[in-house]
Amino acid sequence: MLIFEKSKKNRVNAPQAPLSEATRSGIPEQFRRKQRTNLPEVSEMQAVRHYTQLSQKNFSIDTHFYPLGSCTMKYNPRASNTLSMLPGFLGRHPESPDNLSQGFLACMYDLQEILKEVTGMKAVSLGPMAGAQGEFAGVAMIRAYHDARNDDARTEILVPDAAHGTNPATATMCNYKVKEIPTNSDGDVDIEALKAAVGPQTAGIMLTNPSTLGVFERRIKEIANIVHKAGGLLYYDGANLNAILGKVKPGDMGFDVIHMNLHKTFSTPHGGGGPGAGPVGVSERLEPFLPVPLVAKKDDEYYWLKEKDRPQSIGRLSTFMGNAGVLLRAYIYARLLGKEGMHRVAEFATLNANYMMAELKKAGFDMAYPNRLATHEFILTLKKQAKDLGVNTMDFAKRLLDYGFHAPTTYFPLLVPECLLIEPTETEALEDIDAFIEAMKAIQKEAETDAEKVKGAPYTLPVRKLDDVKAAKELDLSWKPAAQ
Amino acid sequence: MPFIPHTDEDIQKMLGAIGVNSIDELFAEIPNELRSDDGLGNVAEGMSEMEVSRLMKERAEADARTLCFAGAGAYEHHIPAAVWELTTRGEFYSAYTPYQAEASQGTLQLLYEYQTMMSSLTGMDVSNASLYDGGSALAEAVLMAVRANRKSKSRRVLMPRTVHPNYRRVANNIVKNQGIVLEELDYDREGGFIDPDNLPKDPGDFAALIIPQPNFFGVLEEVDALTNWAHEHKALVIAVVNPTSLAILTPPGEWGETGADIACGDGQPLGAPLSSGGPYFGFMCCRDSFVRQMPGRIIGRTTDLDGKEGFALTLQAREQHIRRSKATSNICTNQGLLVTAATIYMSLVGAQGLERVASACHENTLNLLDALADVSGSNKLFNRPLFHEAVIQLELPVEDVMRALSVQGIIGGVSLADDYPELGNAILVCATETKTAADIETFIAALQRIAKRLTANACPVQPKMA
Repeated sequence: MLIFEKSKKNRVNAPQAPLSEATRSGIPEQFRRKQRTNLPEVSEMQAVRHYTQLSQKNFSIDTHFYPLGSCTMKYNPRASNTLSMLPGFLGRHPESPDNLSQGFLACMYDLQEILKEVTGMKAVSLGPMAGAQGEFAGVAMIRAYHDARNDDARTEILVPDAAHGTNPATATMCNYKVKEIPTNSDGDVDIEALKAAVGPQTAGIMLTNPSTLGVFERRIKEIANIVHKAGGLLYYDGANLNAILGKVKPGDMGFDVIHMNLHKTFSTPHGGGGPGAGPVGVSERLEPFLPVPLVAKKDDEYYWLKEKDRPQSIGRLSTFMGNAGVLLRAYIYARLLGKEGMHRVAEFATLNANYMMAELKKAGFDMAYPNRLATHEFILTLKKQAKDLGVNTMDFAKRLLDYGFHAPTTYFPLLVPECLLIEPTETEALEDIDAFIEAMKAIQKEAETDAEKVKGAPYTLPVRKLDDVKAAKELDLSWKPAAQ
Repeated sequence: MPFIPHTDEDIQKMLGAIGVNSIDELFAEIPNELRSDDGLGNVAEGMSEMEVSRLMKERAEADARTLCFAGAGAYEHHIPAAVWELTTRGEFYSAYTPYQAEASQGTLQLLYEYQTMMSSLTGMDVSNASLYDGGSALAEAVLMAVRANRKSKSRRVLMPRTVHPNYRRVANNIVKNQGIVLEELDYDREGGFIDPDNLPKDPGDFAALIIPQPNFFGVLEEVDALTNWAHEHKALVIAVVNPTSLAILTPPGEWGETGADIACGDGQPLGAPLSSGGPYFGFMCCRDSFVRQMPGRIIGRTTDLDGKEGFALTLQAREQHIRRSKATSNICTNQGLLVTAATIYMSLVGAQGLERVASACHENTLNLLDALADVSGSNKLFNRPLFHEAVIQLELPVEDVMRALSVQGIIGGVSLADDYPELGNAILVCATETKTAADIETFIAALQRIAKRLTANACPVQPKMA
């Protein structure tokens, strides 16, 4: 039942709004709304019950194991939430003067420094509000760099075929043509194809390392040399930074610009689809182009650097300073972990993934790259099951929901057929990982004995399989009151 | 170990199952020259939760409670207690994007309700599930308008100078690489609005006109005349609106003869705390006929195998994970948690409550303006109707006045010196429903004292020679 169906005309939830009506306005009739909105009119208790009950229809990290590859669904510490929501932080207006903002600015400055250190980059801007916006900032800086050198022949961005969809979409937004680079059978970039693709038209390459195939790109230094020699720059998509946190720095691999997903690696909540935060880090030659604002420090005083302080900046990408509350959560997480804690992130994320891969292999499942070590994630392919049993990846995924597990990422990356991309993260205990493996084995057995059962899943959730075709064909995007 | 549950026994068992002797062996594929295992030199040691709590409390308290009369795109409203209590429930807070619809019906239904509420507020046919913030939503609206306008191939979009200066910057930074030009329309100095009688006679071909309501100065634009003018020139209309104001102002869907084509803005006033500028959320609504050009996630109502009602992401063929380089945008997220807060906020205050909030803010600002009229040397600019925000010109240098106020913990508005130098010592002020008569008195008294002191310093009385 929708909240609107619980609404009754002229029920006013008085304590939530000012108690008395305004007596003056001076707003002429021509500007005034004629018909009242259809916002619901419910009591506080009705609203609380409604949204509490809705929340209970969700899977979440707090309630379920969520091995969603490429998304790093690790535990979101409660301290990060509680402390980022202290009144001093929530009440700070974005235009507050620096002298009333030293506490907040100190956190942001420290976070910039921490992110510089873990990525090995020269400077960091916290502004971008999501991974995709960080990507945009990165590619816009690559463009600004070439433009500043009057090098306007560079019209192409190289993107491996396994890349996230955001990579080519971002390149397009920065008016670059996208050239795809194939992957070889071991999951590495095809070096010969890369050599053939680079040239004076190459603005840069966008890479994720470990790649979206769940393996470490071993010849990254060679790739960097090839692209740099051709005059292009290297962009690091930080989607998989959790795999190498404290182990390898993108700066040391030769990257010129990177974005980080703090909602992955630094454990800020996904919130049902955002907000995220996608800070960018750069090498020395791209530093002048960093998006504003930045936090600087002089003699123990913190202050903002804005457009007029940074004339070559690609500018701001958010109205104010980006998702400050998300950045605070990441900062708190970083302080809780410290140096040692960060080293352990990559170690245990990798241990969990390799253990799962080994056990699933023993159970008879096929891996996409059986000869490689897993990084923080790995790919399992159900090609055989789809062909022999008629049970495909989506069927497995939906059946996993019945077993109480959020499904891994399905059908991504696009180049592995019938794939599940599985990322357990470091925060899952062995018992939960074992339970997932047992569920996979049980579903395999079901697929062999009663395929229809698997294909009809899920059975235990608030709804069964939804009709996506109908959703797209008979668009129903908002509730309409019954005709009066 | 923080947040890592493994015992030594677990580790040994797992290594044994993999067939390696140490965790380090799992990193064997990383070339040795790239390893930097002790390379986090400048990162401090971890702290206990108690120690971090103390640090964060000290820092939060350092930014002492302020008395804030700044708006300029971020408004301090009362947020009912239930909003964030519910929003930070783990089932909302720690869920992912609802790709597995059956396991995400809570978030999906909530987003459908949100879309309904935003369509109603803006008077538009459809809403998406949100974008990042107001500035970037405007950028996406510009890209969308250029794509969607079938009558014009122009890549020119008219941008009034009465649009928030940072919205203009963000929009330009995001669209300029695609050869789209945002051409500024200057405003009337007396009225602080775009005068429909002074629009260019021969504007040439352009894809869209942006219309802010209220505009950055708080002034109400002649939205009907502007909308009609744009449509007469085969351009689309992009409305940039404050959602609170829509409880009492004409919604974009009813502007002019046929309404605006796209409406966007920042949803912060609907339950998001000021929080230094984010996270907020951008909203975007449009006509039915443009829905396939709209960026961002969209939720649809459908049925399941048993014919039961359910909700799912829809029209995903527009999005980057399917369309890649041909997507409508690179956006692959919304601001889910903020939309959760906004939906609960709108449910709690309801239709009449939001009207009261809007009216109370507006009335408080009128009270503030009355009080400011008594401060010598302060002068309200622009003689047009306004909504809950206004421009005040001071005799004294704005920087000095603002600094002096800030020492007393008062944020006396936002200086317009950098963005509108032609207005002299101007500030933008706002008093939302959270301000009491006593707050306004405190502000005015401080301002009067400062004005007196600064005037005295500026024109020192010369000692008369005997």
